[in-house]
Amino acid sequence: MIRTVWALLLLMAPLLLSGVAAEPAMAATDIIPAAALVQPAELAGELKTAKPTILQVGFSKLYQQAHIPGAIYAGPTNSETGLAVLKAEADKLPRDAAVVIYCGCCPWNRCPNMDAAYTALKAMGFSKLRALYIADNFGQDWVDKGYPVVMGQ
Amino acid sequence: MHRRRFLAGAVAAGFGSNSARALQKLAPGMTPPAFRRTGFDGKPVDLAAFKGKVLLLDFWASWCAPCVIIIPHFQTWQARWGARGFQVIGISMDDSAAEAKAAASRLGVNYPIVMGDAKLAIAYGGILGLPVEMLVARNGRILSIWHGETPPAVIENAVRASLG
Repeated sequence: MIRTVWALLLLMAPLLLSGVAAEPAMAATDIIPAAALVQPAELAGELKTAKPTILQVGFSKLYQQAHIPGAIYAGPTNSETGLAVLKAEADKLPRDAAVVIYCGCCPWNRCPNMDAAYTALKAMGFSKLRALYIADNFGQDWVDKGYPVVMGQ
Repeated sequence: MHRRRFLAGAVAAGFGSNSARALQKLAPGMTPPAFRRTGFDGKPVDLAAFKGKVLLLDFWASWCAPCVIIIPHFQTWQARWGARGFQVIGISMDDSAAEAKAAASRLGVNYPIVMGDAKLAIAYGGILGLPVEMLVARNGRILSIWHGETPPAVIENAVRASLG
């Protein structure tokens, strides 16, 4: 009986694993240290004077609707294709450039893009890398606050 | 905690030299913008054709965990209340239609889904984060809009009340 159960489990393992892997990650952004976070109000203030390189690493339809002025689209970094876009954009920059990544696709602890983007850029050697902390989403935490935004492409 | 409703009226999107034009947000009482697109099943999905039904418009994406978590609830409600004039319509904000279709298939979605884009999203006041759910009454007016991770019971109670 026990052997039969184990045999069934072994047979079903690929199916079960594929089902689990197919669902989106339930938690993200546990890699980025608190010291690397920048709050929306702080970044909005910085935009008036110093302008860091800003990379939007979320989904393109979000960027196409609205993005931070000067932000470059480099995502979505939850996919290999998006990570390649990010790395290609980042490769144009000196490694000591002030870089800020942001997404805002969903609540911070649900974001599938920020950890991957942060990890990739750290691995490339960026020493002044920060992540914009967007608690809920780009609309509520940036646009609705009246911070600078460019709409449309 | 994450439940949010759109504020009525226009919200200025920006300040300074890069200030953008105003984003016209939707609010309860307004009529959702019309759209006509092809559903994942190849059939046309025309918002106007659903007049007289209670509609739940769901802006979602396959990579969005809060979006995917709530979909089984929508399926249940569609099955339970479809005969009473309740209709869910999914609008995917995925970059890839193939990924959205695969997710819909995997989840066994029992209501129409179309692909969204930036133009449609802007018409809907900006879908600047996911998920976004919008409940529309039988008279074609928006009843409620929820942004972010919303407890299913909150939406369910609103749907139940709107069905009468």
